[in-house]
Amino acid sequence: MQLHLSPEDQAFRDEMRTFFTTQISQSIRDDVAAHREVTKESYVEAQRILNAAGLAVPHWPAEWGGRDWTPLQRHIWREEMQLAAVPEPLAFNASMIGPVIAAFGNQEQKERFLPATANLDIWWCQGFSEPDAGSDLASLRTAAVRDGEDWVVNGQKTWTTLGQYADWIFCLVRTDPTAEKKQRGISLLVFPMDTPGVTLRPIELLDGGFEVNEVFFEDVRVPAENLIGEENRGWDYAKFLLGNERVGIARVGATKRMIADAKEHAAQISSGGRPLIEDPSMRTRITELENELLALELTALRVVSNSSDGKPNPASSVLKLRGSELQQAATELLVDIAGPLSLASFADDDATDVPEWARSTTPEYLNYRKVSIYGGSNEVQRTIIAGTILGL
Amino acid sequence: MDFTFDTEQHALREAVAGLLQRAYDPEKRRAVTKDDPGFDEKVWSQLAEMGVLGLPFAEEDGGMGAGHAEVALVATEVGRVLAPEPFVEAVVLAGGLVADVGTAEQRAELLGPLSEGSSLLVFAHAEPGNRWTPTATGVTATRSGDGWTLSGVKEPVPSGARADVLVVSAAVDGGTGLFVVRGDAAGLTRDGYRSHDGTRAARVTLDGTPAELLGEDATDRTAAVELALARATVAYAHEAVGAMETALTTTSEYLKTRKQFGVPLSRFQALTFRAADMYVSLELVRSIALWATMVVDAPDSTPEQVLAAADRARLQTSKAGRHIGKEAIQLHGGIGVTAEYSVGHYTSRLTAIDHLLGDGAWAADRLARTVDAHPYVEALPA
Repeated sequence: MQLHLSPEDQAFRDEMRTFFTTQISQSIRDDVAAHREVTKESYVEAQRILNAAGLAVPHWPAEWGGRDWTPLQRHIWREEMQLAAVPEPLAFNASMIGPVIAAFGNQEQKERFLPATANLDIWWCQGFSEPDAGSDLASLRTAAVRDGEDWVVNGQKTWTTLGQYADWIFCLVRTDPTAEKKQRGISLLVFPMDTPGVTLRPIELLDGGFEVNEVFFEDVRVPAENLIGEENRGWDYAKFLLGNERVGIARVGATKRMIADAKEHAAQISSGGRPLIEDPSMRTRITELENELLALELTALRVVSNSSDGKPNPASSVLKLRGSELQQAATELLVDIAGPLSLASFADDDATDVPEWARSTTPEYLNYRKVSIYGGSNEVQRTIIAGTILGL
Repeated sequence: MDFTFDTEQHALREAVAGLLQRAYDPEKRRAVTKDDPGFDEKVWSQLAEMGVLGLPFAEEDGGMGAGHAEVALVATEVGRVLAPEPFVEAVVLAGGLVADVGTAEQRAELLGPLSEGSSLLVFAHAEPGNRWTPTATGVTATRSGDGWTLSGVKEPVPSGARADVLVVSAAVDGGTGLFVVRGDAAGLTRDGYRSHDGTRAARVTLDGTPAELLGEDATDRTAAVELALARATVAYAHEAVGAMETALTTTSEYLKTRKQFGVPLSRFQALTFRAADMYVSLELVRSIALWATMVVDAPDSTPEQVLAAADRARLQTSKAGRHIGKEAIQLHGGIGVTAEYSVGHYTSRLTAIDHLLGDGAWAADRLARTVDAHPYVEALPA
């Protein structure tokens, strides 16, 4: 039992903090901090700077750019990145398909994809959910049929985040419709988004943004060499991928930043003749949120130190569940602080006196309803906890 | 930062767990808590033989020179079986005060016998009508020749009737002083009673009762009381975590075995999801309790940091204890409310812990006073 960071970890934290706050351009970090839409160019610029410094994919195997860090150092890395409002390495690349290819791909695929994936030379998107396969992902119907040296893909994916920027898609497809268990007949294919037969339709969200898409496949021909791992083992890879996705999903640093912002704004808003931050119920509300966040952060630290074998710990479901709830609570707090100012949500800069932060609160609050749904909905996480941990 | 216990600490945990699990199952606990003093004197002696009652005290004072990490391990095992022995009350709270404030002579005289199990020491602090304050007003201290006398009422005092020696807080000129009162002192009346959680408490009436000043000077000891209460709060957080863990495992087992509508209750998602939420609450409070213990043990922690960590632990313990305690009963159904079945007693003890030294709302209110003094809470101090 030891509270303090070791001198090495302290130095590591200082190094991360300095790097993130000096090497990533202020304008990009301002965009993230202000909850503005981050452009593709900004994502790419930030990730390439990180990658050049060995900070984009530290959790990958060392030969593909990974670092021999302790779980605590990885936590510090992520935490400092979020506190500094640095756009995180694209999750589809760094947390999802990269680790899967590194673990299950063949040597040729590793050489072809991993360096480009780490450097965001390839922008990946995720082809998992379908209109009739949400939480019940294994019931997916997009089919791939073998025809000579190709797979021919037909079907539809949805909720494909930032698909409009994507160069490639990693896609779960049904390759054995006769398999006894529906999980058995699924494979993982990767192919370029400009392959003939792929079309993309953006979906507008409540916040007015277009971050997710539907993707349609009509007789899309994918070379057989683009199968990752073994045929009909795709479900195993999907579980591996989603487990990895969950570890970083608590987003404690990002929520801390929102709470810090909330306090600053609450000091500027007048309520009942005094600054809102002086209102006792507001102070208690923020206090309770901070305490929940501290408990979550400490739990994240405990979980990472218990999963050094690289396997996702089932307790990571706690991080997903609680992390999403606290992100949502922080966005809700910000809307409540903005109060009536939050109605100016879609006003242009020159048509309003309402500050930008207040205008962004409700779109962000509405947008963040997604976090308890994606990455395995919170109900899926409760099912995992009840089944895997409590044996129910 | 490191959340893991070392080999020696694991050995301590196993020894204490072995002793307490042999000593208590729900039936034995009911039998023991039926009669005064509400705990098993033999178990108390066995804990003493193991060195548990002297864990946090310096070796020259008759203790083991261990830290609060060891205290936390013991408290967790106490909570796991609801052992009714007053470990936190006597060792962490009353003993902690003597260790902090007492003269070398007083430390040897009081902590040695406490560690050996031959003299039960408790802190008589609460006063009727005063809610969770580190100061005393209802009991006053008056100089009398070389010594002091105390008058007033302390209540409820945990194990107050059984205690061999009491540390009593009392109003002195300029604040709150601490005094030692022997169980056989003149003008001391103790009316013991049973509390809902099976433990004992008492009204302690002092009427010109001779007392010995704890420490050299009759100065204000409010800060020392606050710190001792904070450390006891952290130890209680671990006791509560142990209790919550058993409440949850008992509930999970029940869901698997109890059948209704022809199927085990675990087939009903409405119930398993609630059990999953109990697990989330448990893991969150466990994390914060361990962290608070690390803050207490860190040599460079300031008193302010210890108090804040204790309040954070208290806030989370209160929330989680209420959540898990209430759900454990509800998921059992009617049997959870019976005295014969174990799970309700866990809820009862959790409720007692929540109200002994200050509940969650009280802690939140204290923490809220400085909420705008930091941008965010640092879990990892430099």
